[in-house]
Amino acid sequence: MDNALRELYQEVILDHSRHPRHYGSMDNASHKAEGYNPLCGDKVTVYLQLDADGRVSDIKFEGKGCAISQASASMMVDMLKGRTAAEADRLMKGFLHLVKGEDASDLPEDDRERLEVMGGISAFPMRVKCATLAWHTYKNAVEEGAT
Amino acid sequence: MMAQGKIAASFDAEKARADFTILSRQVYGKPLVYLDSGASAQKPDMVLDTMRDFATSEYANVHRGVHFLSAAATDRYEAARRTVQKFLGAASEEEIVFTKGGTEAINLVAYSHLMPVIQPGDEIVLSVMEHHSNIVPWHFLRERQGAVLRWVDVRDDGSLDIEALDAAIGPKTKLVAITHMSNVLGTIAPLKDIVARAHAKGALVLADGCQGAVHEKVDVQALDIDFYVITGHKLYGPTGIGALYAKKAHLKTMRPFNGGGEMIREVSKERITYADPPARFEAGTPPIIESVGLAAALDYLTGLDRVAVAAHEQDLLAYARQQVRQFNWLRVIGDAPGKGAILSFEADGMHAHDLATILDREGVAVRAGHHCAQVLMERFGVASTSRASFALYNNRSDVDALVAGLSKARGILG
Repeated sequence: MDNALRELYQEVILDHSRHPRHYGSMDNASHKAEGYNPLCGDKVTVYLQLDADGRVSDIKFEGKGCAISQASASMMVDMLKGRTAAEADRLMKGFLHLVKGEDASDLPEDDRERLEVMGGISAFPMRVKCATLAWHTYKNAVEEGAT
Repeated sequence: MMAQGKIAASFDAEKARADFTILSRQVYGKPLVYLDSGASAQKPDMVLDTMRDFATSEYANVHRGVHFLSAAATDRYEAARRTVQKFLGAASEEEIVFTKGGTEAINLVAYSHLMPVIQPGDEIVLSVMEHHSNIVPWHFLRERQGAVLRWVDVRDDGSLDIEALDAAIGPKTKLVAITHMSNVLGTIAPLKDIVARAHAKGALVLADGCQGAVHEKVDVQALDIDFYVITGHKLYGPTGIGALYAKKAHLKTMRPFNGGGEMIREVSKERITYADPPARFEAGTPPIIESVGLAAALDYLTGLDRVAVAAHEQDLLAYARQQVRQFNWLRVIGDAPGKGAILSFEADGMHAHDLATILDREGVAVRAGHHCAQVLMERFGVASTSRASFALYNNRSDVDALVAGLSKARGILG
């Protein structure tokens, strides 16, 4: 297959999409939001437990969608768990830069290394929305999703 | 299926293919395999040449000036109307209203024909396989005026249950709104039968012919249908133009929709009087160059042996259907007898968008998503499907490329 496709559908991504981490609903979420991409019908719900100081003490997601949207959601919850509000915000901004092929050097080294597998998406502009759906939903949950 | 030799004798797909310059291009270094004509068809060079020739020699606004070019452009615009009239078998050119597409034509019927007369509790019958353009305008009437939408299901194979449709038509039914051919399933609705049953109960019928008119010869008089809608860009013509056929008696009573120039007889400070149809429904400067392009596209299409073209498309569908049988992980959605040349499917463990991305890198363009038919997606319990739609310029090599791409996608994602 061509290199761009190989970059896009790396084993790590396929693994996350087939075996999503922290998948399922959360009864005692402090925040939650639903994301929907009307173009493709992809849906994702993000559940959060935020501490008083905004730290992500727990996070889960559930949803249906393409390999990219599911893998992105799975990696997101995996990486956001335990982060402070400031760390989570920096992670999100860095991720959004990365998938658009923009400068993501603000990201701490180890975060960038983990997220780099999503970088292949920047060669597929029509699919960037798939990768960002979960992150936008997370942001909505934090800002407007208090339960 | 018609024998190969017989098709070749009356329709030469390879020759037709050469009429479409875009089909010779490559994408990602691979030959383009265009299987998305159901979304929008490519245009033969003669359509584009005709539009350019017109724009460079006869163009001006229509129905306005007394000058030479305005007269020439008006002649072409009205000639285009007659071309559409002949294409649909309408009795009179005055029954053809130019619109900007199929969506506007359906909205025109909703706003101009039904909105002034519909009462709370009045019913509109429609099928679950409608495109959103033949759903949302009727929802407007439900939301705003209390109309009731009565939905007719399709069978598991995608065929329309005509008895269920008949049963849904009652004394309060004002309109049956039905697609001539489903853009997802390919199912062809038996319009003549539907019209007879609806008329027997005093209901009118609108057919969305955006897909159907491309593949089937239409005769609105033989169908005795009240409203029939087409769009140019699926008929190998330009975007920005479509048409509504409506029986003259209906057009006469329909309330104007858009107000502006062209659609009036007299305007004063106190009152207005309207122009006769079809001008009454064509406010503002119409898509003039596009009308000439649409006429060229219809000339192109009717210049072919349409029975042979249909047989060619059916051959491609049957071949594709047979080829994908080897994939036990693929489920075809829509297998109605006599269906048109559209193949929708879902694949185990593969989302339609991932599949479409991989096919795309092979040069194969398919549609992935809900196809503006979310009611139908719900009926079949899927969020989206992949769809290959076949046009007159496709060939068996295109099907082979699709099948090879599917195997590859399975290798990557499966």
